[in-house]
Amino acid sequence: MRIAVAMSGGVDSSVAAAVLAEQGHEVIGLSMQLYDVSGQSGRERTFGSCCTIDDLHDARRVAAAINIPHYILNLERQFDEQVVSNFVREYAAGRTPLPCARCNSDLKFATLLDRARGFGAETVATGHYARVVLDGRAGRYLLMRGADPAKDQSYFLFSLTQSQLARAVFPVGDRAKGAVREYARRHGLPVADKPDSHEICFVPDDDYAAFVSKRAPDSTLDGVVVDEGGRVLARHQGIHRFTVGQRKGLGLPSSPSGAPMYVLALSPADQQVVVGPKSALERTTLTASDVNWIVEEPGTTLSVTAQIRHRHPAAPATVRVIGDRQVALTFDAPQIAITPGQAVVFYEGDVVAGGGWIEA
Amino acid sequence: MRLTMRVYFDYNATTPLAPEVLEAVIATTRDQFGNASSVHHFGQRAKAVLDEARSSVGALIHADPSEVVYTSGGTESDNFAIRGAADALDPGGRRHLIASAIEHEAVLNTFKALARRGWRTTLIPVDHSGIVDPDRLRELVTKDTALVSVMQANNEIGTIQPIAELAAIAHEQGALMHTDAVQAVGKIPVDVRALGVDLLSLSAHKFNGPKGAGVLWIKRGTRMQPILTGGKHERSRRAGTENVPALAGMGVAARLAIDKLASEAARVGALRDRLEEGILRAVPGTSVNGERSRRVPNTTNISFDRVEAESLLIALDLEGIAVSTGSACSSGTLEPSHVLRAMGLPTHRTQNSLRFSLGLFSTQEEVDRVVEVLPRLVQKLRALTGTTKLTKNTKVFS
Repeated sequence: MRIAVAMSGGVDSSVAAAVLAEQGHEVIGLSMQLYDVSGQSGRERTFGSCCTIDDLHDARRVAAAINIPHYILNLERQFDEQVVSNFVREYAAGRTPLPCARCNSDLKFATLLDRARGFGAETVATGHYARVVLDGRAGRYLLMRGADPAKDQSYFLFSLTQSQLARAVFPVGDRAKGAVREYARRHGLPVADKPDSHEICFVPDDDYAAFVSKRAPDSTLDGVVVDEGGRVLARHQGIHRFTVGQRKGLGLPSSPSGAPMYVLALSPADQQVVVGPKSALERTTLTASDVNWIVEEPGTTLSVTAQIRHRHPAAPATVRVIGDRQVALTFDAPQIAITPGQAVVFYEGDVVAGGGWIEA
Repeated sequence: MRLTMRVYFDYNATTPLAPEVLEAVIATTRDQFGNASSVHHFGQRAKAVLDEARSSVGALIHADPSEVVYTSGGTESDNFAIRGAADALDPGGRRHLIASAIEHEAVLNTFKALARRGWRTTLIPVDHSGIVDPDRLRELVTKDTALVSVMQANNEIGTIQPIAELAAIAHEQGALMHTDAVQAVGKIPVDVRALGVDLLSLSAHKFNGPKGAGVLWIKRGTRMQPILTGGKHERSRRAGTENVPALAGMGVAARLAIDKLASEAARVGALRDRLEEGILRAVPGTSVNGERSRRVPNTTNISFDRVEAESLLIALDLEGIAVSTGSACSSGTLEPSHVLRAMGLPTHRTQNSLRFSLGLFSTQEEVDRVVEVLPRLVQKLRALTGTTKLTKNTKVFS
């Protein structure tokens, strides 16, 4: 079977490609050029930077090492439309976006999958730590956590639909990260010891605020920092610089009590950043929209464990359907920093039951 | 996947070596390692190899060998022609350069570099024919124009430019005339005297010679400054120890081109026409870009409605068929063609066009294979483009 592998140049997708090739599949490596790295569009031009982005180069070296064809697809426009614009819009609206999840469901398993099908590959593999199993009884594809709990990435894949899951392959999902690196070393892949990436790929130096200011200068207005009683404590240069739960960089004069203050909420209507003590960050309820059900949608309620951030330990909760693709969720115990714009993902054991985007 | 047959239809990008060329490169590498500037036996032997090759390349373009300056290839030759002519001008003299809008990047980006240094540069527009209208040049050239650079044949669509007419117009105003003949040499007769140019670029690997070898032909008496300074190689016109094996290969390739030009042009031209007509007949929604009656015989550039060229290129490669779009960045990603854009084609056609370029080893069997495979691939891609919208690409080509 012909399978396309989305190759980022990292060790996980490299091993994914190598494993499939070793299994005898006809593997095509596809790398996505997602943003302009050349500085050609009138920006400052750094000598030698044109099209030598190291990760694409690494992907090509791996493809050559395992003897598969490799192509770089220019998806800059689609990435900008599907992922970057949303990222900027969300920050400007006082929310904290999750671009990796958007990229998975709206680009990798959408545009890239379409391209792959054009090349005769009916499935797309990635290096995600997650698993897909077909539940024959329910007639549904189920998404499961990766076998390595420390590396599980199912949180970022919750928005894949049944038709997308049917065409998704995660060859490293049943392996531990250490085993993946060991495989890469044993097979002589040139990226075996390459460090994992953590930053959001298109934001240089991890400076989200500067990125958003540059992309949307008109929607990033100055405002004030207030306490829960509405008392003005400081001025700020735009709510896109803050995220719920943030403690550092609030620009507050040291409080008499000495108790640290945290961002509790961001209010785009009046450009206010509301701060308060840590105890005020605790909440038990949230609502979510654009919910995607991977198991069959429950009639009324479902008992799950729910995760509100990538690194959040899933906590027991009850999901209640309150409208079309909308749910209200109640945790058994209060959770810290429920953040609009992030995803809430519901689990039944290791199975992703579904998930949605946190509204409030 | 085991491919039973690989088809190489990208001769305008580069060509495989002719067997005789390969032999010459191997033999020279092995037997003539001397530095051609050395006084001793080894140097003399190497020098003799260069002289022999210089005669052959001179014969190919009807030039005196003493006017043939070796370079590393087409890009260096274009840089040398433009920068060398510009640098030789008196300060306060002519400060204007003209090229066509469909030149190779080697010319266009050299113009941009000189523009940053204060030169005024103008690009001659072309229409959908892909051929420069001499009247357009007449409107643009002035007593301030130092040099006009127009390619003899376009690399993407193959159109042949009226160089002799353009040269006469340039000369009326006292400007130099350069032609980038990289895509013409070996495909059509090239005669520097008949063209009436002052400077002509060619590259060995476009006519079954090795990479890393090229020529700038400089008409005797043309004022030039070297752009590579150093020793007195190439009569002090281009410094650097000569790449003797590659230049020997270029000489052999030149002889082969002279011998086979007429017969190969007819043979390859017939194959190209068979391919072109086959595709137009077999695949609905296709059309040829550029004036068909005035092209080099090996090239066709075809638009496929509702298909992204990038996808079709990859789908073809997976079937063992190597073709090209016009321009590829070094990373291998594709840009909208500046040539098709300059011809005034709508954006979607600058992104749905493929170039097929044939050559010495192309066969009818290969042509028929491509015509057989294409309809299925195009149909599949068109069926899927319903799901992925084709919208205007916002990327700026520079």
